Amino acid sequence: MALQSLDIKQRSATTTPAPQARQTIEVAKLIDVSACIGCKACQVACMEWNDVRDEVGHNVGVYDNPADLTENSWTVMRFSEVEQNNKLEWLIRKDGCMHCADPGCLKACPAPGAIIQYANGIVDFHQENCIGCGYCVSGCPFNVPRISKKDSKAYKCTLCSDRVAVNQAPACVKACPTGAIQFGSKEDMKDYAAKRVTDLKERGFDKAGLYDPAGVGGTHVMYVLHHADQPNLYSGLPVNPSISPLVALWKGATKPLATLALAGVALGSLFHYVMKGPNEVSKEIEAEVEKEDAQ
Amino acid sequence: MTNHWVDIKNADVVFVMGGNPAEAHPCGFKWVIEAKKNRKAKLVVVDPRFNRTASVADYYAPIRPGTDIAFLGGVINYLLANDKLHHDYVKAYTNASFLIDEGFKFEDGIFSGYDEAKRAYGKDTWKYQFDKDGFAKVDETLQDPNCVFQLLKKHYSRYTPETVSKVCGTPKDAFLKVCEYIASTAAPDRTMTNLYALGWTEHTVGSQNIRCMAIIQLLLGNMGMAGGGINALRGHANVQGITDFALYAQTLPGYLSAPTDADPDRATYLGKRTPKALRPGQMNFPQNFPKWFTSLCKTWYGDNATKDNDFAYDYLPKLSGASDVLSIFNSMYEGKMTGFFCQGFNPLASVANKKKVGDALAKLKYMVVIDPLATDTSEFWKPYGEFNAVDPAQIPTEVFRLPANLFAEHAGTFTNSGRVVQWRWKAVDGPGDSKDDTEIIAALFLKLKEMYAKDGGAFPEPIQKLTWAYAQPAKPSPEELLREINGKALADVLDPKDPTKVLVKAGDQLPSFAMLRDDGSTTCGNWIYCGVWSQAGNNSARRDPSDPSGLGQTLNWGFAWPVNRRILYNRASADLAGKPWDPKRPVLRWTGTAWGGNDVPDMRPDAKPEENVMPFIMNPEGVGRLFSRELMAEGPFPEHYEPFETPLDKNPMHPNNPKATSNPAARVYKGDMEAFGKAKDFPYVATTYRLTEHFHYWTKQSTINAIMQPEQFVEIGEELAQEKGIKAGDRVKVRSNRGFIRGVAVVTKRIKALDVDGRKVHTVGIPTHFGFKGATKPGFITNTLTPFVGDANTQTPEYKAFLVNIEKA
Repeated sequence: MALQSLDIKQRSATTTPAPQARQTIEVAKLIDVSACIGCKACQVACMEWNDVRDEVGHNVGVYDNPADLTENSWTVMRFSEVEQNNKLEWLIRKDGCMHCADPGCLKACPAPGAIIQYANGIVDFHQENCIGCGYCVSGCPFNVPRISKKDSKAYKCTLCSDRVAVNQAPACVKACPTGAIQFGSKEDMKDYAAKRVTDLKERGFDKAGLYDPAGVGGTHVMYVLHHADQPNLYSGLPVNPSISPLVALWKGATKPLATLALAGVALGSLFHYVMKGPNEVSKEIEAEVEKEDAQ
Repeated sequence: MTNHWVDIKNADVVFVMGGNPAEAHPCGFKWVIEAKKNRKAKLVVVDPRFNRTASVADYYAPIRPGTDIAFLGGVINYLLANDKLHHDYVKAYTNASFLIDEGFKFEDGIFSGYDEAKRAYGKDTWKYQFDKDGFAKVDETLQDPNCVFQLLKKHYSRYTPETVSKVCGTPKDAFLKVCEYIASTAAPDRTMTNLYALGWTEHTVGSQNIRCMAIIQLLLGNMGMAGGGINALRGHANVQGITDFALYAQTLPGYLSAPTDADPDRATYLGKRTPKALRPGQMNFPQNFPKWFTSLCKTWYGDNATKDNDFAYDYLPKLSGASDVLSIFNSMYEGKMTGFFCQGFNPLASVANKKKVGDALAKLKYMVVIDPLATDTSEFWKPYGEFNAVDPAQIPTEVFRLPANLFAEHAGTFTNSGRVVQWRWKAVDGPGDSKDDTEIIAALFLKLKEMYAKDGGAFPEPIQKLTWAYAQPAKPSPEELLREINGKALADVLDPKDPTKVLVKAGDQLPSFAMLRDDGSTTCGNWIYCGVWSQAGNNSARRDPSDPSGLGQTLNWGFAWPVNRRILYNRASADLAGKPWDPKRPVLRWTGTAWGGNDVPDMRPDAKPEENVMPFIMNPEGVGRLFSRELMAEGPFPEHYEPFETPLDKNPMHPNNPKATSNPAARVYKGDMEAFGKAKDFPYVATTYRLTEHFHYWTKQSTINAIMQPEQFVEIGEELAQEKGIKAGDRVKVRSNRGFIRGVAVVTKRIKALDVDGRKVHTVGIPTHFGFKGATKPGFITNTLTPFVGDANTQTPEYKAFLVNIEKA
């Protein structure tokens, strides 16, 4: 859903400069994991506001339902049971698009205008321009976008860009019963987070902190974590997320070629395995990156 | 709730036991988070499972299901042994100093007066010592061995931390840590709120679980305080409202106990229910019982209720015995019932022992189901494979379904857990031929009345003479009904102190129950709701959120019963001189001429502190009860008894007395004792509960809820899973002595095996929402497993602790 074109900061696969007349503030959604009770009201609100419905699935042995993000579930709660130092914790994290300042999906996207970043920080998919190639999936360091089997388009959280455009908080924020999801300017959210972190430290969580990872230029969805030193405890939230080197390559030296590729020129050899299956590949890439990191 | 939802934000410690508010009351739970964020409150959770509430708690301790009294008895002992009491409060505002009958005894788990054959107590010794004026004797030094304080100490001295750990399986250090949090609120300016729900009520000792907390909160001086209280979290909207309006036939609206066969006339009935003050100068508010009752009779029978006919007392039905849910289904099971009206109720799913309930329904001639949905109950006769294995050819019951509107399809009120009555407006029309419940009942009533007029009958008056003064008799409006419930003056109501002064003009709506009279000059359909629709209009529709005190009292938002009071017993928030215990959170104070402050005083407004009118005005003693006299079925002090299905072969508190294994005063029907399973066949403790994603047996019919939690599952700990070779996601079969269900295994670290009296006890957790009708995956009804036995006082079934076995399906 579009904000005004005046608000566009970046478009995928587009070289013309963005409009710069309008000044706007950056927004952010802050998810205070320490106040989240995993009630899934956010999931319900997301489905209702966006008129999407997932399948009635199965229980697969955990509380997570739907079991993963899908083209119809743009946010899911992920429950993980962690036992450290003789203390059990049930860490519940609302997963979904992080709206990176430096969005890997947008960088990876070869379809002009299929992915837009607005000046307020929201990264939005414009499905009418989407070609269903799945590059956004491999470009995403958080494994968020999903391709619909029905229409071969990519879907993910829009941060309710339609609501935000008319000064309303995202649907999940409005529905959250405990105030665990807050919304406002990124600055205000950081201030709020600082207070929450202080409270958590007083309660014995020495490593409490804000998750706003620098590797993707910061995000417009941030978390307050009790264990900011171990984000991976929260169902594998990446410690140092960054854009896959393959995407960097695509974005850099090979970008002009790649643009041509849309017209049918071969870069397929570089990306052919990307086409096989976005999730799988993104894991392969992750594994590669991890290997590199380890070295 | 003695307090209310918003007031939770005023607490220093939020103690959750017997409830799981983050799971079952996520919206109200926001006030717990507020208390944590803004008051640095500590959240402490005691539960068999590390649940959603525990996930945001500061401290969690595990407990074996059904051992809450042992735990809380341990807390009482801790407070007494470590002198963590609010002394002035205990001395003045509780019955600690009252002397108890010398014949009162407690021996090896049994109180004096037990009759084993009847499974009931004679309670002659469970009473105070009285002086010649009929007032209770007290010893203000609290030293007399027969004073309540000393008896309390003696009774709970057995509940040592070691014993608690042995019975509950709670590690001793965890128990002591919880005690420390609780004890920190003995300081006059610190409060603890207690949040509980069905995790306490759904036991054969349910009421006594709550009594334990009453004792604790009185010892700590937390009753009447902002951020204090005992707060029952009510579930289904509008379950508080329906309870207020006589959920069971045992009460009339406003908790007036209903007439029975033992009350042949009005004088006898009133005589038994109108207490005398047990201490001098106390308000003894229930002395007004005749006013409440007479006004109710006038509402129902109007001009047909006169002094000469005892205000139509003879028209009221007289109960011949129990009429709780278990007794109803037991009579039905025994073939003693012909027809059954089932309105907003899905008993096949929600009552214990589904097989017995199904068999009972099959003995009816007819059943009328008034509900917005096609419920499991309405299709109890229909085979759904192994989920509902019945043969319709063997079931003669004729079922009528009358589609009712949902709450959003008509106007009316909801009363929330905090007793706040809030008007709600109709949102949409109901689908198809659905009708409001009131319209359905009106149609039935008018038809009955017509049939009595035409055909006569043995006793037509109760129907024929009932007041039915609605503009459209077939369609009473919610506004008319609420005005009627509030009541009005039939003649001028005069000031008893100055009969020349008219307090309420004839015909006017009454402002409060203080105006009710027992001479037939007032009407009131429910005395505690009096004031909800006064001459000022519909007070339940008020929506002014202003909160000058900052305590969240919002006195102009809706209407809280009684008389818009937000915190019950609020006189106890101030010391004897009328000064608030906590000056930062003052609820009430003596201003020099009257009681005033941030709430409607729970006290005669002009009762000077030196008059020593005590805060617990509904008790004839005027004070809170540490010793509950003859008011409970199984004893004046709560004692630990094992669930009827216990994993132990004895009560570890009374290993040598089989009579004291389980609640000696709980009622067990013929056949049900035999249906209890034994630990050798069913070695695991099971407990049932609700999930955030669902709402009882209703939302399984809604697609979005089904997406969020699609299928029956069963939670077990990792250790048990390993023993049984069960992996997460496997299908498992869970059996009790009454049947079996299947579900998906959720294997979790959140349920641990507990060390109980030297043996390992595993807990199996079973959510209760699923069934064979709905959008969720078709499944079993959890209550196939649960035992048909209830709390000795309320008969609420023991859904929370029973025995099962589990295997890979």
